[in-house]
Amino acid sequence: MKIVVCVKQVGALGDEVEFTEDERDVDPDYLDHALNEWDSYATEEALRVRDAAGDGEVVVVSAGDEDAEDAMRRALAMGADRGVRVWSQELAGADPITMARALAEVVRGESPDLVLCGVQSSDAVQAATGTALAELLGLPRVAVVTKLELGDGTATVHRELEGGLVDVVEVDTPCLLTIQTGINEPRYATLRAIKQAEQKEVEVREAGELGAPAARVRNMFVPPKGEGAEMIGGSSAEIARRIKEIVDERTAG
Amino acid sequence: MSILVVAEHVRGELRPVTLELISAARELGGPVAVAVLARDPSGFTDAVNVDGVDEILAVPIDQEEFENDVYQQVVERLIEERSPRAILLGFTVNAMAYGPALAAKLGLGFASDVFAVRDEAGALVAERSYYGAKVNGEVEFPGHDQVVLLLRATAWPPAEGSGAATVTEVAVPADGSRARHQGWVEVQAADVDITTADFLLSVGRGIGEKENLEQFEELAKTIGATLSVSRPIVDAGWMPSARQVGQSGKTVKPKVYLALGISGAVQHLAGMKTSGTIIAVNTDPEAAIFNVAHYGAVADLFEVAEELEKLY
Ligand SMILES: Cc1cc2nc3c(=O)[nH]c(=O)nc-3n(C[C@H](O)[C@H](O)[C@H](O)COP(=O)(O)OP(=O)(O)OC[C@H]3O[C@@H](n4cnc5c(N)ncnc54)[C@H](O)[C@@H]3O)c2cc1C
Ligand SMILES: Nc1ncnc2c1ncn2[C@@H]1O[C@H](COP(=O)(O)O)[C@@H](O)[C@H]1O
Repeated sequence: MKIVVCVKQVGALGDEVEFTEDERDVDPDYLDHALNEWDSYATEEALRVRDAAGDGEVVVVSAGDEDAEDAMRRALAMGADRGVRVWSQELAGADPITMARALAEVVRGESPDLVLCGVQSSDAVQAATGTALAELLGLPRVAVVTKLELGDGTATVHRELEGGLVDVVEVDTPCLLTIQTGINEPRYATLRAIKQAEQKEVEVREAGELGAPAARVRNMFVPPKGEGAEMIGGSSAEIARRIKEIVDERTAG
Repeated sequence: MSILVVAEHVRGELRPVTLELISAARELGGPVAVAVLARDPSGFTDAVNVDGVDEILAVPIDQEEFENDVYQQVVERLIEERSPRAILLGFTVNAMAYGPALAAKLGLGFASDVFAVRDEAGALVAERSYYGAKVNGEVEFPGHDQVVLLLRATAWPPAEGSGAATVTEVAVPADGSRARHQGWVEVQAADVDITTADFLLSVGRGIGEKENLEQFEELAKTIGATLSVSRPIVDAGWMPSARQVGQSGKTVKPKVYLALGISGAVQHLAGMKTSGTIIAVNTDPEAAIFNVAHYGAVADLFEVAEELEKLY
């Protein structure tokens, strides 16, 4: 059983932001990096499938620069077996279709039995890379999966729709699934596992021909504050008093 | 050039996002065609025949419910036949499963979670957000005269008024589906209905630990509120899903929504942004929740909770 998990290192902004000179992205110095939350659930699910099968391999694949290996090491520390990182400068800030093209090359070479992605990346919120990748690989897919049971030649999955409605879907395998949070409880990587993960193999590849981008960010900016919230200042006691006032007024009658 | 909207329906009901897509299409200009894929499309044609729709493409399919292979094949064919300049889908769980595939296969422009679209001298420009909705971006599609856009639900008003669209039946032979609908798991009945509460105290990941939850259950009782939560609290198994506010939870509209330690992700806002009065407490002054809140406080939620408790 070979399972590929696509993992992304995501960036989170604090309360300050500066943009790169061309204004097409946020200055990376202002970002905290982490393994995408959805991808930790996808990694956990892959580990469970591997362990239930009794043998096999979980390969984490990421499109990112050298820094992105931190996120891959997280997944390796959780228990994934090895990693492949693919990169070229053109991929910086690339749209999800282009990302999927870079990933497809690598994933195809692995001939996996199952490919897992996260539903979305928390910094780009495209919810698109997985489905695009499935198309490029010619794989059946299901998006937003909250339960997975592998059968013989098929898998039965839960697909969670708006309002929490669950669609039970039978999908032919091999397939690609995009994994939703809550499907499992991702394990913590122990310090020891984090140390050991340093020794695991991460192969680095140059991305090949990527084709025309599907989109390009022209500029990023801090959204103009609309009416915005009326901010309540003061001590916690003052804030609490004001909140009570507002609540009393608005819930009266 | 025309705009193609794909109607979304579940269990025999048209999804409201469809009418919002029609509004967006009208705004862009050009003839608007709405594709209805269903076992019996006529069941939906009246509902989508609203002001501004020029043509309804009724495509009979074998499947009662959404299956991504079928939608992809049909829409691919419609794109080939009609050459629409924009294909508008909702930023929904269904569209996530085939919209990006269309763009990847046909080499079209693509963007998702789009909340504004403009035509600038013949080229489309879309707006979307990045980095926890703290930053917005304008996205262009150089070299593409056809784009697939997944539009954020509730970003456009629903189209209204009766239309005078022509209905064209389109037959699209479809191959078998590799991911097949088997049935539904009903949302479990719950002992609490957060959708009818006047006052919701809603807590998010900011509460940190499971052990801290109890104090907010107490606080809710003390201040006369019903406790609701964001998704991570349900994912962690700390609260049943009946308490979850948001796109995959409940849509609520209480008189007062008091949010403690909730960042304001788009899927959370989808479920509460029309609340009467929104009060948010968050240590991060740039948290997106402050964009929809009426009142905000940059403060530690535990300290505010403690002080609030004392007042009752
Ligand atoms: C298809 C799909 C459907 C989804 N459906 C839903 C849904 O229905 N509902 C939902 O909520 N989410 C949903 N999500 C998840 C959503 O994208 C976010 O991940 C989630 O809303 C984040 O929850 P949060 O704000 O509690 O956590 P976070 O984003 O982690 O925010 C925690 C906040 O707490 C603040 N904080 C931390 N400590 C303190 C403190 N001591 N005092 C004050 N503030 C503090 C932080 O500054 C931060 O802003 C969905 C996602 C997908 C992909
Ligand atoms: N650069 C990347 N490297 C590896 N996987 C990625 C990358 N970008 C996106 N993905 C995968 O696609 C999912 C959805 O991301 P997105 O389409 O950006 O919202 C993520 O959860 C990952 O599984």
